[in-house]
Amino acid sequence: MTQVSTSSLGTFPKQVKIVEVGARDGLQNEKNIVSTSTKIKLIDMLSEAGLPVIEATSFVSPKWVPQMADCAEVLKGIQKFPGINYPVLTPNIKGFQAAVAAGAKEVTIFAAASELFTKKNTNCSIDESLQRSDDIFRAARAAGIPVRGYVSCVLGCPYEGKISPAKVVEVTKKIYSMGCYEISLGDTIGVGTPGVMKDMLSAVMHEVPVSALAVHCHDTYGQALANTLMALQMGVSAVDSSVAGLGGCPYAQGASGNLATEDLVYMLSGLGIHTGVNLQKLLEAGTFICQALNRKTSSKVAQAICKL
Amino acid sequence: MGNVPSAVKHCLSYQQLLREHLWIGDSVAGALDTAQETSQLSGLPEYVKIVEVGPRDGLQNEKVIVPTDIKIEFINQLSQTGLSVIEVTSFVSSKWVPQVAAGATEISVFGAASESFSKRNINCSIEESMEKFEEVVKSARHMNIPARGYVSCALGCPYEGNITPQKVTEVSKKLYGMGCYEISLGDTTGVGTPGSMKRMLESVMKEIPSSALAVHCHDTYGQALANILTALQMGINVVDSAVSGLGGCPYAKGASGNVATEDLIYMLNGLGLNTGVNLYKVMEAGDFICKAVNKTTNSKVAQASFNARLE
Repeated sequence: MTQVSTSSLGTFPKQVKIVEVGARDGLQNEKNIVSTSTKIKLIDMLSEAGLPVIEATSFVSPKWVPQMADCAEVLKGIQKFPGINYPVLTPNIKGFQAAVAAGAKEVTIFAAASELFTKKNTNCSIDESLQRSDDIFRAARAAGIPVRGYVSCVLGCPYEGKISPAKVVEVTKKIYSMGCYEISLGDTIGVGTPGVMKDMLSAVMHEVPVSALAVHCHDTYGQALANTLMALQMGVSAVDSSVAGLGGCPYAQGASGNLATEDLVYMLSGLGIHTGVNLQKLLEAGTFICQALNRKTSSKVAQAICKL
Repeated sequence: MGNVPSAVKHCLSYQQLLREHLWIGDSVAGALDTAQETSQLSGLPEYVKIVEVGPRDGLQNEKVIVPTDIKIEFINQLSQTGLSVIEVTSFVSSKWVPQVAAGATEISVFGAASESFSKRNINCSIEESMEKFEEVVKSARHMNIPARGYVSCALGCPYEGNITPQKVTEVSKKLYGMGCYEISLGDTTGVGTPGSMKRMLESVMKEIPSSALAVHCHDTYGQALANILTALQMGINVVDSAVSGLGGCPYAKGASGNVATEDLIYMLNGLGLNTGVNLYKVMEAGDFICKAVNKTTNSKVAQASFNARLE
């Protein structure tokens, strides 16, 4: 386990991989449906901005998520920049198969550290949801496709309230052993604060190497960047964020707002941490999608620089 | 605001308010908000003093002029929250004696770590401003009135850009040396990040004890809480904030948004740190003033909580 001293603040990773989830997690939770060409343009602009991982879409039933009905067209239509990964969410084996048919080279699966959340979100228990994912892992292994995992509610649940770090460890360890190359730990409703983040990560890092971990902080209570900073101090070097702070979670009532990628890049850049992202081009992508969605950006950096 | 020879702030401490204004209710003793989590990062101060600047720094920079009775009600509500320091109003004039006669129990002086900012803000160089402040502070101390010093542009200047930690240290040291009991280091345009905060504090803390320092972070680029966390980790335990994230700075174009007191308290509570402040009462005061100035709160905690109430 990484030794961390909060009194020595020099322990930051030299490089952070930003996983851009705006096109999927973001758009999925925006009321206004945007066209396929808008989605493709957004992703192309994000690629131009240098983001190394861009979650492109979700192969989920359009009944559940109408915004993602054009998943296959989006994946086929985007420019695939060399060196950039375009994972797609696959909630079940059917989605996985459709994703592969559309050319997916990487997929993501979901789990949660809360039984109630899992029940309300996918109508089954955590164990059952993991069993369903097992099909995907097997198929992915056979096809040589890497799988990234998400664990929701790691710092609190809208239904259960407090979530024990032990539960987060249990679920994370499970999907790591099932084959996830990386697990993104999500503060789904943004209730976490830096101390709780540290406790959760300490527990998880006992069982899963920090190099396989990412954090996915929501800014519902304004804590996202401080929580992310804590995670970086713990040695985490992969962070999920969403251009313009798009999206939230329809299953967690009241939850809104991923951490805005622009604000994250601003902080990392100020810390001298390499991300490979061009902030100016990122701002352009944010402006573009906000206009298309007819909404104001949630990024403070964008508000300050673009006077939005 | 116009050109002003020097900025002197009239600050009524909470104790003063209690003593002199008996119409403030009994239930002002800060109800200790039980920490949401018992975990605590090691190395953090146990107690953090929040200096509420909403009624002054906040309202000063809101377009709507707020009637006096609203201001008083706002301050009354804040006094019920447990906040121990509430910056009340500003007498922007070199003639500060009347303010003392009016019952001021504390004064503040506003310096800057940037020559350009100093010239444009108070129409004199840093050195000239220090000379004036020295007079003011020494006289105040002679009358047993404590003085708080502010250093603007501690992490960057809207005109000069980069500001060296050495410059911040030099100005802070002067203010401390002339008798200011506390120096509030302000990221006036919110451009700082944890790295620049750390470097600046490392430099200042070589000359001034951390117990005499405070941070005043603006959230213009969304960095405020991350910067404050960094300051706490370095041993700082006084933080300025404004309820609802009111205000900004008229002299730094585009700058907006003090860090919201609600969001700060949320983080401190979560960290298990004592503040003596009741978050819910602060949210109520925030709701009150936002309605009064007809603006949406800048506090995410308030947005999340009020949304939840509506559902």
